[in-house]
Order: sequence, then C-alpha cells, then structure tokens
Amino acid sequence: MSQIVVEDVTKIFRVASRQPGLWGSIKGLVRRDWREVRALNKVSFSIGRGELVGYIGPNGAGKSTTVKILSGILVPDAGQVSVLGYVPWKQRIDYVRKIGVVFGQRTQLWWDLPVMESFDLLRDIYAIPQTRYRESRDQLIDLLDLSGLLDITVRQLSLGQRMRCDLAAALLHEPELLFLDEPTIGLDAISKLAVREFIGRLNKERGVTVILTTHDMDDIEALCRRVLVIGDGRILSDGTLAHLRASVTRERWLTVDLMEDAPVTVVSDSAAQLIRQEGRRFCLAFDPLQVSAAELIARVARTYPVHDLFVENPPIEAIIARIYGRERQLKS
Amino acid sequence: MKPYIAILSSRFRTLLQYRAAAIAGVGTQLFFGLVRMMIFDAFYRSTTADQPLSHSETVTYIWLGQAFILLTLFGVDTDVALMIRNGNVAYEMTRPVDLYKMWFARALSGRAAPMSMRVVPILVVAGIFFGLTPPASFTAAALFHVSIVGGLLLGASMVTILTISMLWTISGEGISRLAPALVFIFSGIAVPLPFFPDWLQPLIAVLPFRGLMDTPFRVYLGHLAGTDALLAIAHQVLWLLALCMSGKWMLSIGIRRLVVQGG
Repeated sequence: MSQIVVEDVTKIFRVASRQPGLWGSIKGLVRRDWREVRALNKVSFSIGRGELVGYIGPNGAGKSTTVKILSGILVPDAGQVSVLGYVPWKQRIDYVRKIGVVFGQRTQLWWDLPVMESFDLLRDIYAIPQTRYRESRDQLIDLLDLSGLLDITVRQLSLGQRMRCDLAAALLHEPELLFLDEPTIGLDAISKLAVREFIGRLNKERGVTVILTTHDMDDIEALCRRVLVIGDGRILSDGTLAHLRASVTRERWLTVDLMEDAPVTVVSDSAAQLIRQEGRRFCLAFDPLQVSAAELIARVARTYPVHDLFVENPPIEAIIARIYGRERQLKS
Repeated sequence: MKPYIAILSSRFRTLLQYRAAAIAGVGTQLFFGLVRMMIFDAFYRSTTADQPLSHSETVTYIWLGQAFILLTLFGVDTDVALMIRNGNVAYEMTRPVDLYKMWFARALSGRAAPMSMRVVPILVVAGIFFGLTPPASFTAAALFHVSIVGGLLLGASMVTILTISMLWTISGEGISRLAPALVFIFSGIAVPLPFFPDWLQPLIAVLPFRGLMDTPFRVYLGHLAGTDALLAIAHQVLWLLALCMSGKWMLSIGIRRLVVQGG
C-alpha cells in the first residue's frame, strides 16, 4: 500500500528580477519584473510503507521543494499529494503529528535548553502520553548513545552530537514516516556512520518509512534500496541502484596497479578505454558484453607487469553526472 | 492549551537564568525612579493649582511604572525575528502547533519572566524608602491584579503583531523603533496620562496603550473604581481580542505569502 502518492505536482516560484545598475534599481521601485522559476514540473511518484528511498539531485533541482511540500510547508501550484491519507498543507497540524522531519542545516531543538528539557517540551507539544514517551525516549537515548549529552544545552553540542539529538527529537512521537533532508551534511566520518547505521536500523526494525535527500552518495549506497533522481524539476530516474546503473551504462571499471620497478608504460587494450591514470595506477572502462572481465584481466596480466588489479562498478557520482549530462544534451 | 503552556513555562524558566540582567535592571529603574520623583517634587512645589493626581498618588504611580516598566518596553521577539530573516520560519510549520498561539506564548513569557524578577525588589525598596503607598482598598488591589494580567496579555498581543509584521518588512528595524515611541507617550510611562491636556484625552482613551499601565495603576490608586474600573478593564479586553484576531489574520496571510513564494 502506498503511503505517499504524488501526482503531477508542479511548483512555480516567482522571483523578482532587477536589471543591473542604478537605472535598474530605480525602475525596480516602480515596477517589479517577475521571473517564473519552475521548481517542480509534473512530478509523480509513490512510496510504500517501510521503504527507504534516496532522493537525489543537484542543488536547485527541486529536492528541498519536494520535501517541503511533503512536510506541509509549501503548497504546490498544481497536482495532488496524499501522505498517510492526508493532504499535507490542508490538514497541517493533524498531519505533522504523524511525521518526523530532520533538516541537516537546522536544528529543531531549542538553543537555550538542555537536550532533556527540549525532549520534555516536545513531549508536551506532541502530547505524547507519559509512559509511551518515557519508553520511546529511553530507547532513543540508548540507540543514539545520548546519555552523556542530556544536560548539555543545545548550543554547546558539536554538530555530530546535535544531529543525533535532532534525530531523537524527530522520533520521540514515533512517527511512521521520516523525512531527512541532508542529515549527514558537515558530519565527520564517525558521526556519519553512526547516523547511517541508526537510519538503517530504524527502517529495518521499526519499519519506519524514510525519505532521505543527500549529496553524499555513500549514504545512498549504504542505505537506499530505491533511488529517485530529480533534475530541473523532473524525475529522471526511479528504481533500485542496480537499475539506475543499468539504465545509464553497462560499463565496469578495471583498475590496474603496475609493479614498482616496471618500466614506465601506458596500459591499454583494444576492448577497453583508459579513463584515468595516477602514477602507476590505471583505470580502464569496459563493456562486459564485448569483453568479459576474466578475459580482459587475463590479457592485461599477460601483457603488463601487474602488481594488483580489481574490477568495480563506476561510482554512483559518475552515474548521476552522466544522467545530468544526457539530460542537458537532450535539451540543447 | 497544554503545548502552549509548556512553551511558555520553558521559555520563562530560560529567561529566569538572566539574573545579572535583572539586578542591573533593578538598579537602573531605581535610579530613574528617583530622577522622575525629583522632577515631580519640583513640579508640585512650583504649582498651587489643582492637579489631576495628588503628589503622593503621583509618587506611587511613578514607582509602579518603574517596577512594571517591562509592560511597555517594546521590541520584536528576537528569536522569531532571526527565523524570519533567515527563512527558517517555514520549518516552524512542521510542528503540530498553531503558530500564532506559539508566538503569543513566547511574547508573553518574554515579558513576564524578566518582569517577575524586577517587580518585587523595586516595590519593596520604593515602599520602604520612597513613599509608594499600598493599594487604595482591598477591591482596588484585587482589580489591580486582574488589570495587570490584562496589561501583560495586551502587551504580548502587541509584540506578537510587531513580530508578525516582520513577515513583510523582514528587517523589523523601522517598526521596532516606531512602536516604542508611541507606547512611551500613550501608556503613561513618560508622564502619567491624567496630566495630558484635555483635548488629547479622548484619543488617549480610545488607543490601546493606556491598558498597558495607566489602567492598572489608576485602579491601584482607586482613581478608577467601581464601574469606571470595570469599563477600563473591558477596554483592555476588547483591545486584546481585537489585536489577537487581527494578528491571527495577518499571520495567515503572511504565511500564505511565504508558502506561495517559497521559504
């Protein structure tokens, strides 16, 4: 059953534009020129209960706009949205009670309050019954390892600590649906791993539906079974990571390290294409339908003094970059 | 109501932390109270004409003003102002609360908390040393309490409207300078309102600002008693309702604009 249904949603922003220079400023006083920016253009998708969906796209592609519409902040200009049976912006107060939202760029906590008091305040705001509150709070404190942070005021927390507290704050009322807008932005490697692991468990063990926007492709690879790619206000791709890869390219990469004492040379093969060289490391791209990995490896190992080699899929960044490149070409 | 009371009390407790500010505030208000007292001493010594308030009543009025000065000092809620400036105000909407009530609760605690720390010391000092007299009667004392609460709520509704107006002006600079000037004159903190010329009295009576201070203080003095006191409190309530309703309406338009144009 679909929890989220988005149909033909369009959102247009009107942006005041001003001609440059003094004369432009003066003219702007009298008459504003409005430019229309189509942030979303007939976007449709649906997401089922318990899914963990990655929502990716470059800056300005319409990611945040979508999340804001889904979380009841923005009203679309056209199209239908139904989340958990609600129209988010129409039944805002009842609806937001059922969802959790975390914006990586901003805290939902109160700067001046100790973490624990922030939680207590959220209990009152969400009207969570005391016993359920205590249970869910203690569980989150345990899972996110917050016990040492509870009497510190929010302004004194590090970014990683704050993000863990923010995640707890968004989940105290046990929402069925969680929106995460760049939850790992600015975090160090350890905090990122902690946040990622927590999100994964939440989805697996509690069955919380998660929608995750991010620029960090490691987040996506680690967590998301399904990826929605948005660009220029349209959904460019929707499916599993494997599907996304396959739709763009069959290409695989063979990375070859030559022996330390090998004479300086360039690794090449008729069936593969050299895409990168760093010192003695060469990266070849090949199409497994033209030449099998085994065949290529055997040939390369025969011809060159190979120290080490491995085959991998192109990183997701390269795939995404290619999708955007293709879109742009189609347009022009 | 529970979430709003929780917001109010949490904010209240936070503001109670600012003890140094409270001590400095008490000192400042005592000093300016003495200055104002001396000015009126000089005034009463140089006049023989009948005045609308007796000398001792004026002294009491002044000290009440010093103690409750935070009923009048106006500024927008700086936290909300910051949110409006950087666009984060949109995220407030992901909480299951009514924005107007939440901001009103904040404005109310923002005034009540610092005031509660200043009132008692100033009243005690002024009562012992500077001639502050007790309320005119038991009824006057009871009605005074009612109308002080009225003044607080009225002030909070004004602050909330100022804050909401920032959804249009963004910076809020202009309005947070203009509003205190009006309040300064028409609330009675500069000069007790009965001293204003007769031709200005009808305007003063209609404007909401007298409800902030002048009403409770004159109730305290017994100057407004019986029906007059009840009418003055009704004036507070009517303005409170009017300001709350227009604030809510402004907010709904402001939010719609925000929502239509993007956060």
